[in-house]
Amino acid sequence: MPAPTPTALPAAPPAAVRRRRPRSAVLPPLLPSALLGLVALAVAVPGLLAGADPLAADPLAALAPPGPGHWFGSDHLGRDVLARVVHGARHSISIGVVATALAVTSGVLLGLAAGLSPRWLDEALARAFDVLSTLPELLLALLVVAITGPGTANVIFAIAVAQIPAYARVIRAQTFVVRRSGCVEQAVTFGRGRLAITAGHVLPNVLGPIPVLATIGLGTAIIAGSGLSFLGMGPQPPAAEWGAMLSEARDYLRVAWWEALFPGLAITLTVACLTVVGRRLQRRFEGRTP
Amino acid sequence: MTTTHDQDLPPTPPDDPPIAHAPAPGTEDPGRSEPGTGDLGRSVPGTGDLGRSVPGTGDLGGFGPGAADLRAGGPGGGDGRALVAVEDLWVGFGGVEVVRGVSLSVAPGECVAIVGESGSGKSVTARTLLGLAGPGADVRASAFTVAGQDALGFGPREWRALRGRFAGLVLQDALVSLDPLRTVGAEIAEVLAVHDVVPRAWRGSRVLELLESVGVPEPEVRARQRPHELSGGLRQRVLIASAIAAEPELIIADEPTTALDVTVQAQVLRLLAERRAAGSALLLISHDLAVVGSIADRVLVMREGRVVEEGPAPDVLVAPAHAYTRALLAAVPSAASRGTRLTDGTPLPRRPAPPEPPSSPATPARAGVQPSGLAGDRAARSYGAAAPGKGVEAPGPGVGAVPVLVGAGLGRSYGSRRVVDDVSFVLHRGETLGVVGESGSGKTTLARLALALLEPDQGRVSLLGGPWSGLRERERRPRRPRIQLISQNPLDSFDPRHTAGRLIAEPLRLPGRERRARVLDLLARVGLPPDMAARHPRELSGGQRQRIAIARALGPRPDVLVADEPVSALDVSVQAQVLDLLAELQAEYGTAMVFISHDLGVVHHLADRVLVMKDGRVVEEGDVAEVFARPRHPYTRELVAAVPRLPAGRPAGSRGTAAEQRVGAGT
Repeated sequence: MPAPTPTALPAAPPAAVRRRRPRSAVLPPLLPSALLGLVALAVAVPGLLAGADPLAADPLAALAPPGPGHWFGSDHLGRDVLARVVHGARHSISIGVVATALAVTSGVLLGLAAGLSPRWLDEALARAFDVLSTLPELLLALLVVAITGPGTANVIFAIAVAQIPAYARVIRAQTFVVRRSGCVEQAVTFGRGRLAITAGHVLPNVLGPIPVLATIGLGTAIIAGSGLSFLGMGPQPPAAEWGAMLSEARDYLRVAWWEALFPGLAITLTVACLTVVGRRLQRRFEGRTP
Repeated sequence: MTTTHDQDLPPTPPDDPPIAHAPAPGTEDPGRSEPGTGDLGRSVPGTGDLGRSVPGTGDLGGFGPGAADLRAGGPGGGDGRALVAVEDLWVGFGGVEVVRGVSLSVAPGECVAIVGESGSGKSVTARTLLGLAGPGADVRASAFTVAGQDALGFGPREWRALRGRFAGLVLQDALVSLDPLRTVGAEIAEVLAVHDVVPRAWRGSRVLELLESVGVPEPEVRARQRPHELSGGLRQRVLIASAIAAEPELIIADEPTTALDVTVQAQVLRLLAERRAAGSALLLISHDLAVVGSIADRVLVMREGRVVEEGPAPDVLVAPAHAYTRALLAAVPSAASRGTRLTDGTPLPRRPAPPEPPSSPATPARAGVQPSGLAGDRAARSYGAAAPGKGVEAPGPGVGAVPVLVGAGLGRSYGSRRVVDDVSFVLHRGETLGVVGESGSGKTTLARLALALLEPDQGRVSLLGGPWSGLRERERRPRRPRIQLISQNPLDSFDPRHTAGRLIAEPLRLPGRERRARVLDLLARVGLPPDMAARHPRELSGGQRQRIAIARALGPRPDVLVADEPVSALDVSVQAQVLDLLAELQAEYGTAMVFISHDLGVVHHLADRVLVMKDGRVVEEGDVAEVFARPRHPYTRELVAAVPRLPAGRPAGSRGTAAEQRVGAGT
């Protein structure tokens, strides 16, 4: 076969053929990220978003509909609903964040311990995770808080306990994979100790799925926190907390829809946004090696 | 007869016709009287390898010493009409041209082989001939005929009608290619149903016939099984059965034997040769020149999407015209390449003499261990039983030094399966012990026992004269750096988060500054630039990764290296570079090596002594040349005979005579 002459060379392929990943797959979705930013701002500096005092009661202005002065209306004690929703973010979000952080830390440690333990101990821990997983998280949290009694700290503890099994099971499974991987075996041949291998190779490599799980788990924790507060287990009145606000608004639902709508909307949007962002992260990291 | 193609060369003179129009050997030249392509006397002068007539023998089980040459006299002839002919084929994916101007034709009854390394475009070329280039592929050709029709305008319907009926496709990985949820009988019956070649009522019996024709024992039982219940060899046969079910005129086989053990590979090649003898044309895609040499009439060598050389198989493989083909052939490790570099044929440095040389000039390896397995065994037992530390006296004449690694009567079971059973070996300083065997023979378990990553349930291992197995890990840790591992898949043995530099630094027990200098030194030793230290192994090629694995293993200056199939995932030219590097560094450092491989050629090239393993036991051991030249155990004989060989006689500048080319010939 003669070498193709330049004329026989096909034209350069169209540049447009090259496929590009859609931008949306690379960046986190814009609207949910913006809303979450707003929530974060409300947690950090609530005064910036709402000037009014969330606790200042004004009986004369009770149950005022949304309008100038009270953009979200006012509640049955005449407190500004906008201020209470904005300031309430600090309670609701911090319960979720602290509970999730606690659950992730304990879950990782327990899962790692189970994955590296001798078989009998691993079996015992794994069965314990399984049993706890059979109970719905909220029910389990309710059970714990029923024992410990109401209070913000207790609610955080209860939610954390309820979420530990989910993280622990994932980490345990990851640990099994990493423990048998070539890189751990190779580290053994270098003469490295058990602790050094666990800290240097096993732990960093099992943490892969955690950011995604924790993002989605944070949403669940916020719902659980608000749910427990709604039942009166969380921060006590007059503190502003979304779940507790819903609970108080329940009696005025027929006359003042705004008192229930805005805290409810805050919970729903926050959790929905967290889930959207979490799923997007999940899709992005899917198929990657841990 | 050999034509050379290269973009860099001036256009071929007009008297050299384009290959697409050239008569395919064996189609218009029934006499084939040309020297080198003769029909029955196909032998190249000097080999004495008489042509064999495979058709009709049907001897699937036996592996005669001539099993390598499967080229049949075959019906060959025909009307000269090509089954498939394509001219100036270009295939691109998203702007990247993968196939660049390939012309190819396959005549009825002919076996054409495309050889090339990964990324050469050989698979894409073959798949394009069936309209399977894939979504997004941009296929262009100046002429493209399939089954006498112009395929340039083919749509999916036309292609479907041809697949199976006109051409059957056999893929490399039968486990992936077969539906895991269906019985293999249903898989084959589907081909019959789609093309409606056999009435429904007869399909069942036709499936059994097909399975029987491809040498599947107990076809009634096998037809009801699913792919995972079959061995790799049987799966590949089922795949071939489904490819030939509709009696296609052309079988396209894409690396049909790559994942298979050498004896199974020989069976599958024999089977393909039989189909060809029965009249099918065969288009064989392979990276393995020896596989191709045993069966093909015509060979195309591809590189970077282009055909660099093409011609009758004996010509291309014995007297290649293109430098790339020559390099490819020279890179194949074998008995003849012992002691020389595979990349350029220059001699390798000699290994340094051991610290306590015995009186005789012979290396302690050869002198110390008799070829007889029994003597080695006895020696091993006495070493194994020796007290730790000093006091190990030579049990026989000629052994002056303490062996670096000794396994004595090693055994290990997984459940009820005895994976390693009563294996003994002795490894002397600076020596290379090859371990060969097929998959499941216990080679890797033996490596893990040697590294004390696994405790033997019988026997013991000693390292540098001291105990090694049966210790607590804490006691072993200080001596761990003395024995290092190079694994088959370096990527799996690397922490995915670490850079190459950090990986190499891991086993080094040095303060930061010295450590960095040492990493750079090691990188230089394995032929990698210093900026490689900052790269992640995922971004590197297979050869570069294996170099990093070698640098890492040599970092602690071990006395023993255990290399478990270190080159089996690499292309032949990269394999050559890595083997050269291993041999050079081994000579420089005086490291002893246990080299595990399924490839007899590689072991013959590199090892001093060899253990042949089967079902967890050592069936034969001894000097490499001795064992492969005069195998005593029937299994070793079978193994040696099953290795496909390149036609004897090497290109100009070859390193050995024809006799030395054969695996199994003495050196």
